[in-house]
Amino acid sequence: MSETSVAAAEVSADEVLRVAELANLELTAEEIPRMQRDLNAVLGYIAQLNELDTTGVPAMAQVGEMLGANEDFAGAALRADAVRPSVDRAAVMASAPESDGRFFKVPKVIER
Amino acid sequence: MKNETILTIDQVHAALTSGATTATALAEEHYARIAADDSPESTGKGINSFLALSRDRALEQAAKVDVAAVKGDTLPALAGVPVGIKDVLAMRGSVATAGSKILKGYRPPYDATSVAKLEAAGAVLLGKLNCDEFAMGSSNENSAYGAVKNPRALDRVPGGSSGGSAAAVAAGFSVATLGTDTGGSIRQPAAFCGVVGLLPTYGRVSRYGLIAFASSLDRVGPVTNTVKDAATVLSVLAGKDELDATSSDRPVDDYVGALAKPVEGLRVGVPAEYFGEGLDPEIKAAVERVIAQLKGVGCTIHPVSLAHTRYAVPTYYVIATAEASSNLSRFDGVRFGLRAEESKTLSAMYRKTRDEGFGAEVKRRILLGTYALSAGYYDAYYRKAQQVRALLTRDFLTAFEDLDVIVGPMTPTPPFKLGEKTDDPMAMYLGDIYSVAASLAGICGLSVPCGTTKDGLPIGVQIMGKHFAESTVLRVGAAVEAAQTS
Repeated sequence: MSETSVAAAEVSADEVLRVAELANLELTAEEIPRMQRDLNAVLGYIAQLNELDTTGVPAMAQVGEMLGANEDFAGAALRADAVRPSVDRAAVMASAPESDGRFFKVPKVIER
Repeated sequence: MKNETILTIDQVHAALTSGATTATALAEEHYARIAADDSPESTGKGINSFLALSRDRALEQAAKVDVAAVKGDTLPALAGVPVGIKDVLAMRGSVATAGSKILKGYRPPYDATSVAKLEAAGAVLLGKLNCDEFAMGSSNENSAYGAVKNPRALDRVPGGSSGGSAAAVAAGFSVATLGTDTGGSIRQPAAFCGVVGLLPTYGRVSRYGLIAFASSLDRVGPVTNTVKDAATVLSVLAGKDELDATSSDRPVDDYVGALAKPVEGLRVGVPAEYFGEGLDPEIKAAVERVIAQLKGVGCTIHPVSLAHTRYAVPTYYVIATAEASSNLSRFDGVRFGLRAEESKTLSAMYRKTRDEGFGAEVKRRILLGTYALSAGYYDAYYRKAQQVRALLTRDFLTAFEDLDVIVGPMTPTPPFKLGEKTDDPMAMYLGDIYSVAASLAGICGLSVPCGTTKDGLPIGVQIMGKHFAESTVLRVGAAVEAAQTS
């Protein structure tokens, strides 16, 4: 298992824009250099995790995984798969910026 | 420094049962205090802890409690107790902004389970409390609706992200409040405002109706004036919820009853890593005094090593931001809240909405999390952090084989000045050094006031316990609290 080094990481302005695109964020011209500065500061700090040899250490995604023997975390009691009332559609649709009462309306996706 | 406006749950209960006051009068008194000293437009202190008041719902509930009290019915645990709800939790019909512009105007059509449980136990829901945007912050300065002032020092931050929850209790606007804690957001503001904050074990309290920040870390818990009040509120909140698959069905302990048991013989661990460089000397002295007090009441004190402590903050800021980048993708202008005007295409609408709706810290964290999860960096950042999270958790599991609780400082510094750290995210993150490890490990923790600095700024001591050991943590907390007032 190879460990990728993060020590040398230095995020460029182009990379900030690429990540912003992945995250569906539109950054203004003023925001880009500030985000670049902050990301590099934080990533530089995070790089200290490389000091640790984690070969063979399992990745922990949830608290319960570390306590496999503990049924309190095991989700043993899943609820019954039964039909039950959900929140009223009219109440949900009332929160939408634009709706016809049945569907959410959004700008055109496909031109034809 | 006794303040007659500060009431405990027991005092509320006694006053209602004896007829000395009514739930309606109590709610009105709290609303009057809020009107005088909370609104930034008021001539008073302008604490800014409440974002919205739910007057009709509160007074309707208070009237029900009063009818029951007059009839002589046995009143439930929180009957007539004025409470406030952090604005990341859904409360039917009230705003739920999460401190963000992107949810402006959104009113969820349902209650979070924690909110419903409080009301079912008789609590009077006063309104929604200010917080850092999407609970991301340590000073409450990231709220889109203005910073909150620390009631104990008006030029200082109340901490965050549950800054409104802690300030409202400290100011006497609310007897108890709900906060949420992802990396310290209940405990740190409690320490900064001189009140009690409880982080329940991951899975102990339902998160249904909580606007998610980082799902493997987010927890709901109380902020109160006393340890006993925290125990009372936890008794109401704890338990399995069919609507939250991560809630545990482990039976709920008798948290209030546990407080009566002596702490004599309990094994208290003191981790050297929590007393190193960067710890304010007055906080260090206060926490050492607490440890001596615990020894004085019969606890045994043991040095312990939590060797990976220094990696907790970097680990946290990878995992929390990665999860946030995923959770916050749901805010896109389609189903609720803000939608940017005049977008020609769907993707432009997403982007413009998110640009207008999110503040700088939220964008920063979404970018960081997206970067950590992106192709080529996933193993180096996200997977690495998950592995270190396992090491941090093992530290605690090993330590708790021989210990009942671990005691240390809650924060490295006293509350700092408003504006002091807003331009330096790294400085802000480093302040989370003592809170994030318990978050990552899923264990329970409690912050209890233990004095003030010579300038009168509150100091909090942190008591951490193993998974589901809230009873023990609260018991030790009560002993610490008793030692401060005696």
